[in-house]
Parts: sequence; structure tokens; C-alpha cells
Amino acid sequence: MPADHQIPGTSGGVSVGGCEAGIPRAPAGRDARRSSPPPAEPPVSTSPADLLLPTARERGRTAETASGHPLPGTPGVPSPPETGGRSGRLDKSAAPHPGGPRHGSRPGSPRLLLLLSAITLVASIAAAVRIGTADTGWTDLARVLSTHLGLDVEPLPPLVDSLIWDLRLPRVLMAALVGASLAVCGTVLQAVTRNALADPYLLGVSSGASTGAVAVVVLGIGASALGVTGGALVGALLSFALLLLLLRRTGLDSVRIVLTGVVVGQLLTALTSLILMASADADTTRAVTHWLLGSMAPARWNTVVVCAIVTPLGLTVAWLCSSALDGLAFGTDTAASLGIGVRHTRMLLLVVTAALTAVAVATVGAIGFVGLIVPHGVRFLVGPLHRVLLPYAALAGAVFLVWTDALARIAFAPREVPVGVITALLGVPLFLLVLRKRGEL
Amino acid sequence: MRITAENVSWSVAGTPVVREVSASIASGETVGLLGPNGSGKSSLLRCLAGLRAPDAGAVRYDGTSVGEWSARRIARHVAFVAQDSGADSDLRVADVVGLGRTPFRDRWRGADATDRAVIAAALEVVGLTALAGRSWKALSGGERQRAHIARALAQQPYALLLDEPTNHLDVRHQLDLMELLTGTDRTVLVALHDLSLAARYCDRLLLLHHGRLIAAGTPEAVLTADRLAEVFEVDAERGTDALGHPTVIYRRSLGAFLPTPRPTLKRTRP
Repeated sequence: MPADHQIPGTSGGVSVGGCEAGIPRAPAGRDARRSSPPPAEPPVSTSPADLLLPTARERGRTAETASGHPLPGTPGVPSPPETGGRSGRLDKSAAPHPGGPRHGSRPGSPRLLLLLSAITLVASIAAAVRIGTADTGWTDLARVLSTHLGLDVEPLPPLVDSLIWDLRLPRVLMAALVGASLAVCGTVLQAVTRNALADPYLLGVSSGASTGAVAVVVLGIGASALGVTGGALVGALLSFALLLLLLRRTGLDSVRIVLTGVVVGQLLTALTSLILMASADADTTRAVTHWLLGSMAPARWNTVVVCAIVTPLGLTVAWLCSSALDGLAFGTDTAASLGIGVRHTRMLLLVVTAALTAVAVATVGAIGFVGLIVPHGVRFLVGPLHRVLLPYAALAGAVFLVWTDALARIAFAPREVPVGVITALLGVPLFLLVLRKRGEL
Repeated sequence: MRITAENVSWSVAGTPVVREVSASIASGETVGLLGPNGSGKSSLLRCLAGLRAPDAGAVRYDGTSVGEWSARRIARHVAFVAQDSGADSDLRVADVVGLGRTPFRDRWRGADATDRAVIAAALEVVGLTALAGRSWKALSGGERQRAHIARALAQQPYALLLDEPTNHLDVRHQLDLMELLTGTDRTVLVALHDLSLAARYCDRLLLLHHGRLIAAGTPEAVLTADRLAEVFEVDAERGTDALGHPTVIYRRSLGAFLPTPRPTLKRTRP
């Protein structure tokens, strides 16, 4: 870096397009205010104000040098000491150095809580596999798992084995994955759009999936190659591409994302209705409606595997952006000044949420409410810091959907209720309770 | 760290906001950025903070152009406090201040001991230690402003750029803030509306008018009666208060919100 770069026409101070050029530095009296009296040696103790100087970084860590570019100015030179009588404090009556407030990682019990939540999820999955129209026991579950893990146990009758292994287990796992996925997508989109009403379907992805599914089922477009799931996935991705195309001209402003997403969603919903009205018979319409409300019934191992790969990846990416999600609440400029690449981060998070939502919706339909209420409920319980919030949202979403799906299976057995109906029926009272506790209702 | 603007121009939607501004803020200097509403103070500040890429010209930190720098690299050098970044956030004050550690933090890791110590120090310096656990929503405007300043300080910046930071602050905290800004060897560029504060605390002033830098230099040199009349449309002059601090004394406005010229404004009621 050049040691002494100067603009032509300046004398160390300023160039003003011909006017006032070359005004000398401040008079001695002003400088004297800053630098007197000269202390004998640099201070060894770290007063709060000292700790906030860039020179304190070398004492604490070597992030700057590790990042591969040198410090500007004169690294390693101790900071000029504070002038006498200037404590540099805004508030001289402030309490003494407290040794660090609790924040960020929130050690101790919350970590235990996270572990407990994870155990709850595993227990819920195990319990939910047993629940259904056909009764199965814990030993059956253990035997099925052992058989398929290649352990030497007496296998169950093929019918029961198939019921548990081919239908129940993928279905419950799918519920957990989709629940986690939707809850995290909702949390992320609420932060990105700075809108408390945002949910995973805000981007119009679910409407795209519906249109794709209906096009396959009713019109038979690509029915053999894609199937309903494939058609829905293609529809979801196409609708997201359309959204990005529309946003490309206007940028990724929060309000624009919301408005454009709503517009795309409305357009595709209209298209879906049009196709249904024009071409479908009553049975097809009922089947499609069932799918639109969301149901775990179509879950099989092949779709579970896709979800099991995509979901953890997406959740990890979202979690790694948690600082950015916190920063975005304070506006684009403040976020950017914190070193967050706002545009890139927004785009990355939109792509991740769209991909997660597309995979979820394509498999099990647009299950409503999970992505809206779980984020709010969890935020109420563990606070709004995304680093903490996102893992809990994932676990809570998973547990919530596992149990609502179990309820959907047995509530009106042998008839199955679309799980989307149950999530709304259960979710609304829970949501109102949270709002009431927060004093917002 | 020295901040240099070289013929910086920036426009929004075709309207030029900053026009060919060249200025240099020396390392350790406290420089006030003055100008009436809409003169381009905030935009110039954002250009210098690396938040806007100038349409023309360059911004240099210690002689190195920051045009190609990543946001993270810039954030390790310069901290910026926006004029009004109020948010409807539930974050606790300590967490908001902790955002200042973002440019130093490994994405995989949470706050470490250094982060916690820096955050505590920043809270203490602005007098918010007692409110560390309070929700952002429950803060007053002035407390939010101080929290944002603490957040900027937690970035351990070489230079601090602030857009009207004395907004929302009571008199005591305005004075404390200006003392804090001038009390270290940090480079400070601060946009101010209060000309007396600027005259009292800033080493030098930059005066913007219609996006152009029309004067730069010591408060004595910049705040002349002619310029105050031309730029701010006030009849005012630089003086000294009873304690000997430089100040600006306003006599009257030379403009008016109402289209009617002031002398003809008369009470019509009997």
C-alpha cells in the first residue's frame, strides 16, 4: 500500500475543487486538546475504551493477519494512549467491567435443552411409527429395524414388515424432515423479508408445485416421465425461476420479494384452478385437493432419501448465515457495514428456501401453518438470535409435524385427514396463545 | 487510517447526489461533515464507508482503493452508524452490540471470550451495561442510538463513520458522544446538523452543498457568516460562548417554509 498517497492539489488536507484548497491542519490549540498531557508510557491495562481500538485486536486474536491482508496504518504499534482526564466513556457512572454479559452462545442449560429436544424428536419418531390403523408394538419396530440393519433376528411376517418399513417409517421420517425444513424456511424468510407473516409459500413455490402436479395429473403432461412428484418439483422450480426473473430487474428489496412472490403465487393458483375447472372430473379434483392440503401418505424411501440429503444441507447453509439474518433486521446499510454481502446472502437464502420448499411440497403437498407458527412459537421460547433459533425451529417443526401427521392418521380412522387441516386446527389455538403471552393480542 | 475520496460522484435514479467530491481525512482526525438537508451528506458517508460504489472516482483507505474489497474486509476497517436504523427486533441489546463482531467471527463458531470482552467494553463505554439484557423493542430512541454506536465500536474499527449520531440523544449524551469520538486516535467522520457541536469538537469540517464540497478546513475557516447565509440560509455567525467554546449563533432564518415572504406575515385577527 503506498505510504503517502496524495490527491493532486492537496497539501495533506483537502482538495475542494479550487476553493479553500490546501488549508493547513488545525491550529495548535485544537491539537493540544487532543494530545495533552503526554503520558509517560503506553498503558498496560485494558480499559473498556482501549479494548475497542483496532490495536486491541492483536492482543486478543490475529484474525486480521490470518485473513491474508495486512493491517492498514502501522500494525503492531501500540495505540497512542488516552489523554489524561478523558476516560472516553459516554457514561462515567456505568457499572464496572462486568466480565462479559451472557449472550450469543448461551452456554449451559440451553445446550441441554437442545439435546433434550433432539431426544424428544427421536422418541416422537419411534412413537409415531407405532401409531396407525394397524396396531404395532415396540418389539415389532425393533425387529423391523434389526432385520433391515442386517442383524440376526427373527423377521416379522412380510406384510407387517412391509407396513412398518415401507409405509410407516418413511412417512414419519418424511414428516420430521419436512417439518424441520418448513419451520426453518419460515424463520429465514421472516428475517429476509422483515415480515412477520412470511411463510415458506411466500415465494409462490407451492403454487408452482400445485400447477405442476395438476398439469401432470389432469392434463397428463409428462405423466410417465415425471409422475406427480416430479411434475410438482418442476413446477416449483419453474415458478422460482419466474420469481427471480421478475426480481432481476428490481433487486432483492424485502417488499419487492414479498409482492413479487405473492403475484407469482396468485398467477399460478389461478392457472391451477383453471386447469381443474376446465378438465378435471370429480374424482381427480378430490385427489388433487387432498394433495394440495398436504398429506404424508405418498412418502416412500426414494423421496425420503432426496429429502434427507437436501434438508440437512439447506439447514446448515441457513444456520451459517445466522449472523446475517440477525443483521438484516437493521436494514441493508447497517447489515452491509457489518461485512455481510447483503445481496449475495439474500439470494443464497432465497435459493436455499426455495429448494427446500420445492422438495417438501413436491413430495407431500403444501402443508400450511408449520412454517408460520413454529418460527413464532420457538422465537417466543428461545429468543430471536438465529444461531440459537434455527436449530430449535428445525427440531420443533419436526416434532410438530410428526405428531400432527400421527393425529391425521388416527383422528378419523380409517379415513385419513390431510395433515394440513390438522396443522391449522392445532396451530391456530397455539399461535393465539403465543400472541397472547407476548401481549400482542 | 486515512480515508481519501478522489472525485467521487454518485447518483440515484439518474439524479446526481454527490458530485466530484475530493477530500482526505487524515489518520486520527475528527472531521465534521456539514450541509443542509439533501446536500448529499449521507450519500457521501455511505460511499466512504464502502456501502455504495461511486459512479466515478475512488475511495481509498491509506491509499488503497477499496473498490474491489469484500464487505467483510471493509467492515474490519471501518464501522458505520446509520442515521435511522431502527428495527422492530426482539434481539437483546448485548446481541445487537454483538453484531459488531460479525466481521471477525468464524461462521461455524459462536462468540468467544474476546468477543464477550469487547461487547462488554462497548456496552460500558456507552453506558448501556445495565440494559444489556433488555429487548431492543423496549429501548428509547437515544438508547438505540447508543447501542448502535456500541455496535460500531465493537468492530474495533480504524475509522468510524457516523450519520448524525447525536439525533435522539439528550444534551448530556451528545456531549459524552463527542468527547468519546474525539478522545482516541481513531479516524472519525461525523455528519452533524448541530453547527456548534461541530465547531467545538471537530478538527476540520467539510461543507457540502447540492452534492458538491464547497469548503473544507478548520471550523474557523469554514463557518463564515457568508457561507452560513449561502448554504444554510440563516443569518448567523461563529462566536464563542460564555465558557470560551466555539459556537454558532443564529439570528434568524433567511428562508421560510411558507411561500409568503416573512415580513408580510402579519396577524390578521383583531
